[in-house]
Amino acid sequence: MNGKALPYLLLMPATLFLCVFFLYPFVLVAFEAVTRDGAFTFDNFRTMAGSWKFPATVRNTLLLAAIVVPIQLAMALLMASIVSRLETGRSAALYIFAIPLGISDLAAGLIWLAIFDQSGFLNTLLSGLGIVDRPIMFLGYQSKLTIFIAVALAEIWRASAIMMVILVAGMGLIPKEYYEAAEVFGAGPWKRFVRITLPLLRPSLQTAIILRVILAFEVFAVVAALGGTNLPVLMGETYNWQFTLQDRNVAAASALLILAISIGFTLFFLRVLRVPKEARI
Amino acid sequence: MKTMLRKLAGAALALSFAVGGAQAQQVLFWSTQARPVEETQKMRDEVLKGFDGPVDYQVAEDGPWLTRLQAELQAGSGTIGLLGGLHGDFSTVGADLVDLSAVDVGGVKVNEAYKKLGMLGTGEQKYMPWMQATYLMAANKQALQYLPPGVDLNTITYDQLIEWSKTIAEKTGSPKFGFPAGPKGLRHRFFEGFLYPSYTGSMVTKFRSPEAETAWNKFKELWQYTNPNSTNYAFMQEPLLSGEVWIAFDHVARLADAFNQKPGDFVAFPAPAGPAGRGFMPVVAGVAIPKTSPDIDKAKALVAYMLKPETQIATLKATNFFPVVDVKLPDDMPASVKAFGPAIAAMTGAPDALPALLPMGLGDLGGKFNQVYTDSFERIVLGGEDVHGVLEEQAAALKAIIDQAKAPCWAPDKPSEGACPVD
Repeated sequence: MNGKALPYLLLMPATLFLCVFFLYPFVLVAFEAVTRDGAFTFDNFRTMAGSWKFPATVRNTLLLAAIVVPIQLAMALLMASIVSRLETGRSAALYIFAIPLGISDLAAGLIWLAIFDQSGFLNTLLSGLGIVDRPIMFLGYQSKLTIFIAVALAEIWRASAIMMVILVAGMGLIPKEYYEAAEVFGAGPWKRFVRITLPLLRPSLQTAIILRVILAFEVFAVVAALGGTNLPVLMGETYNWQFTLQDRNVAAASALLILAISIGFTLFFLRVLRVPKEARI
Repeated sequence: MKTMLRKLAGAALALSFAVGGAQAQQVLFWSTQARPVEETQKMRDEVLKGFDGPVDYQVAEDGPWLTRLQAELQAGSGTIGLLGGLHGDFSTVGADLVDLSAVDVGGVKVNEAYKKLGMLGTGEQKYMPWMQATYLMAANKQALQYLPPGVDLNTITYDQLIEWSKTIAEKTGSPKFGFPAGPKGLRHRFFEGFLYPSYTGSMVTKFRSPEAETAWNKFKELWQYTNPNSTNYAFMQEPLLSGEVWIAFDHVARLADAFNQKPGDFVAFPAPAGPAGRGFMPVVAGVAIPKTSPDIDKAKALVAYMLKPETQIATLKATNFFPVVDVKLPDDMPASVKAFGPAIAAMTGAPDALPALLPMGLGDLGGKFNQVYTDSFERIVLGGEDVHGVLEEQAAALKAIIDQAKAPCWAPDKPSEGACPVD
């Protein structure tokens, strides 16, 4: 076999898969978003943006991403640093930190629902300790802030580990010599982290942040479980347009909007966190 | 012992053959009804077991149900043998349903009015009525002591309900009226079939009338005494059972569990009346065969089976939906059926009864139609927006939907030439 063709052959199945299950449906969706009854139109986007809930969905989604992702980044860095530094029990710690990864997002939402529900763990605890005499309603329509906090907590708990896994792999790639040299010159742990780990971790950070930001725009099941329709988000509205309102065209428009936002942020992070070729390890 | 083992092994082998052989010809019953997992299981174990041949009873929410059906219809071939759904589910796909007029139901008398509904305004029997239900009020017996003097549950009005809920909230310190306002709750049906008809005598035409404004203001008043958790409720039976809620409105199938688990604790009673009458919504479910059904004869046999009196009684026990054929109910019915029967009779037979049908002729715009009422609720009651302003805006949305569907008026609105007007 020709050695030059081999890489392409090996890429073939994945490429085919992407074409059939991503590219082709994407073209169909894009087509549906800009047509109605066969005619080209931007009405679907107008309908979507004209809905009274639309501003709230965009605001909630962006706000959620803006709050959740930085916290997750900080936590993932912390967890990854701990795991990387451990001499013994490294894999045990890694496994424990990664447990939430094995749980579906709906299940994660339900777990936190069991905590925040009116008859949930938190209320039982509070009334058991005598702090409250009747259960507090954390997830009612009047308490949008607590719903938001609950969703943010569930998201942070559920998805920080995926960033951690990427960052642990990235930290493993940083040569030990840099740290040894830094120690010789008397750099403390914080200085070593800021001056060595962070800059050399940039490629992994980039991957981790992009992945998480995209996932943050697709947040759906956790919100559905904890907030119902009290905290509308973009993905939930897309589902609503498709299944409750039976309007595929507007749902497609909404899906394209999510895609556009995701691509926008991906490009942004690619640019901001780019690593010049000469600087790569 | 050995022979016993051998017999068992033989039986297991025979069973596996039977199951394997039957797989090919089983009928897929694709339904939007009996969706709670216990009901689905009862449909399989108790209702469909008696049919001659295996039936695969599968349920889906309305959206996915329709999406799969439409995909099969578009592809021109399918695996769905029989469809189960509400009147509104079928109105979208009427043209692709097999005519069922020739199905032999063996002398069973099927409700004529419902049969006519099943023709979807054509000359063919597009779906066969399968079961029926409605919505009711339920109350914990503890609530009865706070009933305002002189109020008869069977003739209760919205004003009395508000007063009653207010008294309970004041006396017990927490609001105890419950309303299924969660995303999966049937809140829109309450506004369409109960609140609007009771105050305006209409569902569509008088959407933004002064009477409608009164109705929304009354509901806002009631909402003050409504458990704020209501926006998370889908089925009212759970909050009734937990005692979180003492008075509730819901679909009978979503109240039944409370009555069956604690038969002595609850009473069922008719929906309240407003100035225009006692609006209520009868619900009709039907079975239909899509043109792409792999075995139409077998599916027709299943339709006839679903209408047999024994099947209808088994269905009632499994789903709490009542029969649509003439049948005498046996005495061993669940507590919920015993409680609901008289309440339904009192509601439908009341002198001020005002039946309001499910939205009709909207096709796949049904979801958007419901959303108009849900949005009005979310904006007026939850969001505290101005009633008049919201109704003006939502009326425009409602008019656009009705005009697009060209849907003529249905009860309680007066028949119309062309699309039902939104005044």
